[in-house]
Order: sequence, then structure tokens, then C-alpha cells
Amino acid sequence: MSYSLTTVIAAEEATHSPILPETPDLVWGAVCFIVLLVFFWRLVLPRMKKLLDDRGEAIEGNIEKADAAQKEADALLAQYTAQLSDARVEAGSIREQARTDGQRILAELKEQANAEAARIAATAQSQIEAERQAAVVSLRSEVGSLAIDLASGVIGESLTDDRRSAAIVDRFLADLEASEAAASNANGTSAGTGAVSS
Amino acid sequence: MIIRVIALLAIVVIFYLGTRKMKIVPGRFQSIVEMGLDFVRVNIAEDLLGKKDGRRFLPILTTMFFMILFFNLTGIIPLLNISGNSVIGVPLILAAVSYVTFIYAGVRKHPGAFFKNSLFPPGVPWFLYIIVAPIEFVSTFVLRPITLTLRLLMNMVVGHLLLVLFFSATSFFLFSLGGFWSLFSIGTLAFGFVFTLFEILVAVLQAYVFALLTGVYIQLALADEH
Repeated sequence: MSYSLTTVIAAEEATHSPILPETPDLVWGAVCFIVLLVFFWRLVLPRMKKLLDDRGEAIEGNIEKADAAQKEADALLAQYTAQLSDARVEAGSIREQARTDGQRILAELKEQANAEAARIAATAQSQIEAERQAAVVSLRSEVGSLAIDLASGVIGESLTDDRRSAAIVDRFLADLEASEAAASNANGTSAGTGAVSS
Repeated sequence: MIIRVIALLAIVVIFYLGTRKMKIVPGRFQSIVEMGLDFVRVNIAEDLLGKKDGRRFLPILTTMFFMILFFNLTGIIPLLNISGNSVIGVPLILAAVSYVTFIYAGVRKHPGAFFKNSLFPPGVPWFLYIIVAPIEFVSTFVLRPITLTLRLLMNMVVGHLLLVLFFSATSFFLFSLGGFWSLFSIGTLAFGFVFTLFEILVAVLQAYVFALLTGVYIQLALADEH
């Protein structure tokens, strides 16, 4: 290795100083330089420039894309927010409507129930009254016949003369009612018992 | 010369493949190629020259950076072993390109006034021009290409010589002397290894410095005031 190099150096030093150039050295060096210059100038650097431009564009494009996406997302968010607030307002109005409706329905029902109760009470009242009247009528005729039977048994004489007996019963009952009315004015129970015993 | 062709092919293949199917989201290989190109584009061209002028001179700067870098790296690649820049031809050509470029940039930007501004910087009392003009002339139009050339050339030559020295010494101690002297070969081999790593650093650094200085020269030529 060092053998050939030392001979090169030695040969060069023998012929001339290393400072002085040889013609072929200059020529071929210049050729090398020109080849490289053209190579870098025409091929490598334009490629590099194109790459840098492309990369810059790609980065810018990505940034723009991201911006667009961001804007879209913002718009969607605003839209959703608006929709949400609309829905809230609507829900509030619906709730309000439902509350008033409920109150109205409740009041109506209450009114209906009251009316129904009043009707039922009135019906019951009239029924009771009718039954009482019926009882009074049947009692009157029964008491009349019982009293006649009893009385005829006691006096041993037929009281079958209908006109007379009816008149007697009617008079008795009228007395009874009158005494009852008088007793109810003074003392109901004693008058009643007195009337029955007499 | 064959070394330069190999390095040239390496650059072309790597950057051709690295930029053939460029994706928005880069793979591993593309990331590395992009990192290299971005290093020149951002750290040298756009830092010094701004976006607009940086783009104008980017092909020159990129070519310089990678040509020097790859030609330098051949100095430590086994079987190549010598830097493409350790013969004066390439450094000289690149320095000439840099020289022509910054003068071209200056003349295009300030037609007619570029040389005057460079030689007679405004804001200096007129009698000082007697001293300033020759200094400016020498530093701007003579020393710049020479320093560019020699800095790169000498870094590569010296690096190469150091490696040759260490590895030759290793061979010498191990095979020619033998015996007790073999121990020295361990030391020289270790130094050779360390300097091989150091050469990687130098290779990157010199490529960076060369492209950076060209950028600075262009920027100075473009500046409105010196």
C-alpha cells in the first residue's frame, strides 16, 4: 500500500514541485468539476427543491384540511347546541302544558265526583222517604185491623160493620196522631208509650 | 486520476439513487442524502447569502462541498488511500471557480463599481487609499485563491504524508528491524489509526471551510458596503 504511494510522491517530487500543476491534472480535474456541477445543478438540486416544495405543500394541505375539519366540527357543535336548547324549550312548554291539562282534568274529575255524590245522596234520600211512606201506610192498615180484632175480642161483639169500624179506626188514629204530635211537642217517648197503652 | 473517477462515480451514484424516488416522508437513505444537501443549503448558502442569492449560488457551493468531501475521503479508504485533493489540480480549479464566481457576483451586482469598491472601500480618508488599495488588492484578488488552494492541498498532502509515515514506520519496525523494535510498531500503528480518524474530521472540515469561504467571498462581493 505505502509502497505505491511513496513512489507516487517521490516521482512527483523528483519531476516538479507539488505546487506546480500538471496539465492532465488540471484538465481532468476540470472535467470532474463540470460533470459534478451539471449533475448537481440540473438533477439533484431541482429534485431536492421539488421535494421541499412538495413537502411544504403537503404540510400546508394537511393544515388546511385540519382547519376545515375543525370548522366543520365547530359548526356541528353549534348546530347541536342550538337543537339541544330548542329541545329544552320545547320540553319545558310540553311540561307546562301537561301540568295545566292535569290540573284541569283533576278539577273536572273533582266536580264530577261531587255531582255524582250529591246525586247518589239525593236518590238515597228519596228512596228512604218512599220506603218510610210505604211502611207508614202498611203499618197503618195492619195496626187498624189488629186493633179491631183485639177490640172485638175484648167487647165480645162484632164490629164487622165496616163503615162504623172504619170510622172508629180513623178516629183512633187521628187521636193517636194528635197525641203523638202533642207528645212530640212535650216529650215524644212518654206520649208514644201512653198512646200505645191507652 | 482513477481515484477521482471512483469518487466521482460514488457521488453520482449516491445522489442519483438518493434523489431518484423522493418521498414526502423520507426513508433512511433519502434522509441522509437530504441531510447532506440541507447542510450546504441551510448552513452555508442561506445563512450567508440569504434565500434568494443562496438559491442562485447553491449549485456551485453544493458541487464544491461534495466534490471536496468525497475527494478528501478517498485518502482514508483502503485501496484508494490518497486524497483526490492532494495533487494541486483539483484545489486549484475549485479555487479558480470560487474566484471567478465571486468576481462575477460582484460585477453583476455592482456593474462598474465592484472593483472600485473593493480596492477603494468607501468611508476611508483619501490619503489612506495609497496604503489600503494595494492591501485590498492583494488580499482580495491575489491571496484568496492562493489560500483556498493551499489550505486544501496542504491539509490533504500533510494528512496523507502523516498516514504514510506512520504506516511505513509500522512496516519498517515490524518487518525490517523485528525483535525488540517490533514494540514500536504498536505505537506507530495506533497513531496511524488515530490520524485516520482525524483525517475524516479534516476531510469534512476542509470541505465545509472551502464552501463556506466561497460563500463569504460571494457575500462580501454582493454586499452594498464593504
